[in-house]
Amino acid sequence: MRTFDLIVVGAGIVGAACTDAAAAEGLRVAVIEPEAVGGGATAAAMGHLVALDDDPADLALARYSLGLWEQLRHEPVAEFHRCGTLWLARTAEDLAAVGRKAQRLRRAGVDVEEVGARDLYRLEPALAPGLHGGLRVPGEAVVYAPNVARFLVERARSRGAELYAGRRAVALAHGTVVLDDGTRLAGPALIATGCALSELLPMLPLRPRKGHLVITARHPGFIGHQLLEVGYGASAHHAAAASVAFNVQPRPSGQLLIGSSREFGSPSREVSLPMLRRMLARAFEYLPGLAALQALRAWTGFRPTSCDGRPYLGCLPGRAGLWVAAGHEGLGITTALGSARLLVDLILGRPCAVDPAPYAPARVMT
Amino acid sequence: MTVRLEVDGRAVEVPDGATVAAAVALVSPVFGRSSRGAPRAPLCGMGVCFECRLTIDGVPGRRACIEPARAGMQVRTHE
Repeated sequence: MRTFDLIVVGAGIVGAACTDAAAAEGLRVAVIEPEAVGGGATAAAMGHLVALDDDPADLALARYSLGLWEQLRHEPVAEFHRCGTLWLARTAEDLAAVGRKAQRLRRAGVDVEEVGARDLYRLEPALAPGLHGGLRVPGEAVVYAPNVARFLVERARSRGAELYAGRRAVALAHGTVVLDDGTRLAGPALIATGCALSELLPMLPLRPRKGHLVITARHPGFIGHQLLEVGYGASAHHAAAASVAFNVQPRPSGQLLIGSSREFGSPSREVSLPMLRRMLARAFEYLPGLAALQALRAWTGFRPTSCDGRPYLGCLPGRAGLWVAAGHEGLGITTALGSARLLVDLILGRPCAVDPAPYAPARVMT
Repeated sequence: MTVRLEVDGRAVEVPDGATVAAAVALVSPVFGRSSRGAPRAPLCGMGVCFECRLTIDGVPGRRACIEPARAGMQVRTHE
């Protein structure tokens, strides 16, 4: 039986980042992935690197992680593009929300600019008339996440990590990970299987939350920033069965990525036309010109959603040598690098840059 | 019966009922370029992959594979 210092189960962006961070510390690492590396929620995602301020713990982890992303900005495969984020206010109430958001982000050390209505249209002339203003976060960026997952796994392999490609971990037993071909690997395990978490760790509640995205043909210069309605965070945290929120991203290719929808209890991967229509109607309210552009494809993905919106990061109480990094919902790309560093620091018994207590899996296991 | 159209200024004749993609393929293997400059040409042939987009009579983004060739059409590849 092969023995490793760490066996990472799952090579989405989170597992890939954990593999990379552990290999960089000189640990002997195995990583197990039954499908394509970065092929699940990672490939379905927008790849927006963004700090949400609704939860202080989320914000701390996002801030830390965004700093780590800067180390990848010159890697061509990451397609790192610092377009900045522009949060939009459509009503006076939204504008008050912009003010609160600005305050919370500033307090956390994020560079932000409040933008008045006139400046808003100078920045983004395609926006619908009548908006009240917005909040610009110039340092935020977009990446192509599945490429980054592959890059991180390859970097780890160049440092000796072993990829068990096409293999599925089917059981955790007595300090070993059992693969579907009967192979057993010995060593501490780190479970990063996203929406499949319940297969190995059923004690951690996790629900897939379906989302839709649409990508257009190339229309360079149509918008410059990633644009979101300021109520996006509220929509993301709202537990309603189905909701949509305006969220449009300019890809470096000139294409536009249009979101967003959120649905619990919809296990089918199929694109729902009613949901697509609702999502696009929302987008057209903010960017009427979008309606004249050509869409190329629509697809869906599933966000791994924990019971309280925070990821599970840390050890499982009472299970020595069993770690988890999962449940990042829609923020997994942003927070993957920070989550990985946090986990590796915990595993090595070192102090963490971010307080790990709010993410401890023990919080949901009482 | 045949129809005559122009692809990048060159006269092309195809059987009536042929697609614009068929007409273009007679004169150019490349229909367009990806954002990184890689050559593009029809893949699915049924309007799904969008790899055959070009400009027809001044309108960009038309899918050549599902557009019947018509007499006098002015087709521009994005080569």
